[in-house]
Amino acid sequence: MSTLLTRRKLITGLGLGGSSLMLSGCDPLGSSPKFEEMVLSSGNWLSYRVHRLIGSDALAPEYSASEMSPVFRTNGNTMPDSADYQRMASENFANWQLQVDGLVSTPKSYSLAELRNMPARSQITRHDCVEGWSAIGKWTGVPLALLLGEVGLKPQARYLVFHCADTFGLGTKYYESIDLVDGYHPQTIIAYGMNDEVLSVGHGAPIRLRVERQLGYKHAKYVMRIEAAADLASIGLGKGGFWEDSSGYDWYAGI
Amino acid sequence: MTANQTTAEDLSRRPAGGDLVKRHRLSTRVWHWTNAVVLLIMLMSGLMIFNAHPRLYWGQFGANPDHAWLEINGRNTPEGPQGYLRVGDITIVTTGILGLSKRADGRNNPVAFPAWATIPSDYNLALSRRWHLTFAWLFAGGILAYGVWSLVNGHVRRDLLPSRGELKPGHIWGDIKHHAMLKFPTGEAARHYNILQKGAYLLVLGILIPGMVLTGLTMSPSMDAIFPFLLDIFGGRQSARSIHFILAAGLVAFILVHLLMVLLAGPFNEIRSMITGRYRLPKEKS
Repeated sequence: MSTLLTRRKLITGLGLGGSSLMLSGCDPLGSSPKFEEMVLSSGNWLSYRVHRLIGSDALAPEYSASEMSPVFRTNGNTMPDSADYQRMASENFANWQLQVDGLVSTPKSYSLAELRNMPARSQITRHDCVEGWSAIGKWTGVPLALLLGEVGLKPQARYLVFHCADTFGLGTKYYESIDLVDGYHPQTIIAYGMNDEVLSVGHGAPIRLRVERQLGYKHAKYVMRIEAAADLASIGLGKGGFWEDSSGYDWYAGI
Repeated sequence: MTANQTTAEDLSRRPAGGDLVKRHRLSTRVWHWTNAVVLLIMLMSGLMIFNAHPRLYWGQFGANPDHAWLEINGRNTPEGPQGYLRVGDITIVTTGILGLSKRADGRNNPVAFPAWATIPSDYNLALSRRWHLTFAWLFAGGILAYGVWSLVNGHVRRDLLPSRGELKPGHIWGDIKHHAMLKFPTGEAARHYNILQKGAYLLVLGILIPGMVLTGLTMSPSMDAIFPFLLDIFGGRQSARSIHFILAAGLVAFILVHLLMVLLAGPFNEIRSMITGRYRLPKEKS
């Protein structure tokens, strides 16, 4: 009888006890850097591999003009606080230059007028914020592949790093990075126009990156420099972007 | 040797009340307990992800300037801060649970879902996404493997699909009455799922869980590029996000009823059957 009671208690208790044990265990587990890196990041790594395997050329859906958001909200920084940036903005970016350098054969710099004179692409796409909201807008700019063709990537180059004019918190400059699959993707553009107007300061003037198959934080605003790099370890804190470094957001943001 | 162990002479008769019979096969038991853990992690990390933007929309797009059909938020009133749930035009004050709650240390927690319901407890979108999007692989892989295996081994056909007779309104109504009176089947009849059980399990296996996976995939901008038809099925990314939330609420409702039924039907026997696979048929009432 006593063994039966023990077994009864054990089995009945497994359900309740097990779940409460698990719940109290999630916070300590999640805050263990090793567990987060080894276990909790594995899903994102797998998603990245699978997406590249089955759809590296897939195009993001494009929408018609009637499907656009009536108001496209801004978020993140909406006015970089650097004096240099504000001076350039007051001159309508006439003296702004985009540097393209790093592991390239011919480093180049482009004025806004030069970018506008290059072949352009317009696309009406959906912008998905990591927080959960979406907005549909029209973006116009230079396909990044054209710029990469002009500067010529060296064979060691694996990533493109976008250095920006804006800062968060303690003066760390915003930056982001993408792989070459996204770098050469036809919908990846350096946008200078939005909704048939000049790109506003709130949305990243004079140019922002559009990398349509990833979440909003990858779409770097206020881009000043594009650097081709062999790896991301020596840039920033090494995780490939400002939010990746500071808050643990995943570098691959296709989900 | 106990009295209920099957002996050679027992084999000739049909199982009766009091017999210990084989009830759940190994694949069902493994999937059940894996899912119990995975689903709880998915639900709680999902609620934290919701906290990052506690508004739901219909259609392709939806953000703060657009109309949200559901919102869980906090606001300041003359009487002090207040949490509320709004669905359409109906607003319910939910201070203490939704929109505004207390942390374990007593401080105000101005988020949609309270700390005890989320993984992690304190606001952290990046970490909740890592829990959610890693365990999503187990969740999706689990339903795919279990679903295919249950079709192959006959579990769906033999145990879950209702017979023509069971679908007669009279039979369904009779079963509803039995449930309402808490009269559970005994003896030989208890070896099989009743029609309400079959309906509930088919709904979970065939609609709720696959729906969760597919609406989850639809929220991925990369998956929308790979499988654009996902957007057509659900009517856009923001609709998919809304449906994801509604299906999750459906799963929570199922789990609550399921746990209640386990308690009412005899938790020891029920939980044992899901661990060892063996179930003692309830004795016929004389």
